[in-house]
Amino acid sequence: MITREEIRNITHNGVWKQNSSLIQLLGLCPLLAVTTNMVNGIMLSLATIIVMAVANVAVASLRNFIPHEIRIPVFILIVASLVTAVDLLFNANLHELYLVLGIFIPLIVTNCIVLARVEAFAAKNPPLQSTFDGIFMGVGMLWTLALLGALRELIGAGTLFSGIDMVFPSLQPLQVLPADYPGFLLAILPPGAFILLGCMIAWKNWVEARAAKRQQQPAIEPVATGN
Amino acid sequence: MIKKKASTTAGMALRTAIILFVFVIIFTTLLAGVYLWTKPALEASATEEKMKLVDEVLPRTDYDNDLLKDTISLPATPALGTDDTTLVYRARKNGQPQALVFEAVAPDGYAGRIRLILAIRSDGTLAGVRVTQHKETPGLGDYIEPKKDKNKARPWITQFNGLSYAALTDKEWKVKKDGGRFDSVAGATVTPRAVIKAIHKATKFVAENQTQLYASPTGEGAPTR
Repeated sequence: MITREEIRNITHNGVWKQNSSLIQLLGLCPLLAVTTNMVNGIMLSLATIIVMAVANVAVASLRNFIPHEIRIPVFILIVASLVTAVDLLFNANLHELYLVLGIFIPLIVTNCIVLARVEAFAAKNPPLQSTFDGIFMGVGMLWTLALLGALRELIGAGTLFSGIDMVFPSLQPLQVLPADYPGFLLAILPPGAFILLGCMIAWKNWVEARAAKRQQQPAIEPVATGN
Repeated sequence: MIKKKASTTAGMALRTAIILFVFVIIFTTLLAGVYLWTKPALEASATEEKMKLVDEVLPRTDYDNDLLKDTISLPATPALGTDDTTLVYRARKNGQPQALVFEAVAPDGYAGRIRLILAIRSDGTLAGVRVTQHKETPGLGDYIEPKKDKNKARPWITQFNGLSYAALTDKEWKVKKDGGRFDSVAGATVTPRAVIKAIHKATKFVAENQTQLYASPTGEGAPTR
């Protein structure tokens, strides 16, 4: 079945080490379009988690029947039919949720992270591990998009959680900055997403460089300087 | 040997083709099954959504007919800015005309077309207007949508309620900045200008064609000027 070690590895890979948005830089198209606020970013990620888990499970279960030569067309076939089926089922059975998540599901078609995980992981691993991989890749995307959305929203409009009333009608968006904050349009527009994503990648690299340095330090002997 | 190898290559190609074909059949069947299974629910919610949109501009107590069935289709109409066939829903109470619910397009928004839904009562007054689709700048021009409007008590789009083509002169159908009577937000006047112009043209169109619009039998295109 699945060992604790495997779960730990898959989680760490998905959430931090191989983070889809910060390291693999996959799925940038929906990322740029959707993260104008925090709620949208979270909703897209939730929809992606569902689709990725389903696609990974399907491919992992069928992986022994798929000849290597035609794996890509078969993967595309599986992913496309599943996304469409998920879209239809959501719309029919969970209509309230669909009204919120629904517009994001077609966007997932443009998200190459689904196909990438199917090819890189599900095609070589058993269903259970693949499900975890799909979910945790999505969780990695979730926190990244939530953070990016929050930053863009805060800088661009001075609010947080705008649009939350569409998900939970009883909740109200938070006005973080003073109400007369003029807003900074660049952060809302696509260039702002690129700039902030760049800053986040830099931040992640900085964190990792610092951690690597700390690990190395005891091993390195102080070197005398001089000429 | 050579012959045998050729046959294995061909055999492998055939095998691969068959496997791919089987996958296509399986997943197409799956998709078709899901589609057929969800179809009734999807149709029901599409109707419900249309009614929700109509409810925004016209209260349900104002009519007693099934207005989604009482429609005429209009060909592309320049006065409404539409370049495709659109439906006009006709609300009636006890068989008497109450209001027309229809779509109009403002082609000259700041970022492309702005689609509107309007309800005009039989006396020519606007029962309500809503923006259904637009690409105006977020946080700037999108106050035409009540959800995005910061003025929650009296959203911008509601100032058209109760007005009619006859009640205002052509000059008054403008933003205050241009000498008219409608409010706008400083820095974003292209958007309201486009919306006001589209509503003005639509009210004029209905004022001129009202009798035909109500009288035409269901489903047929009304003669338009």
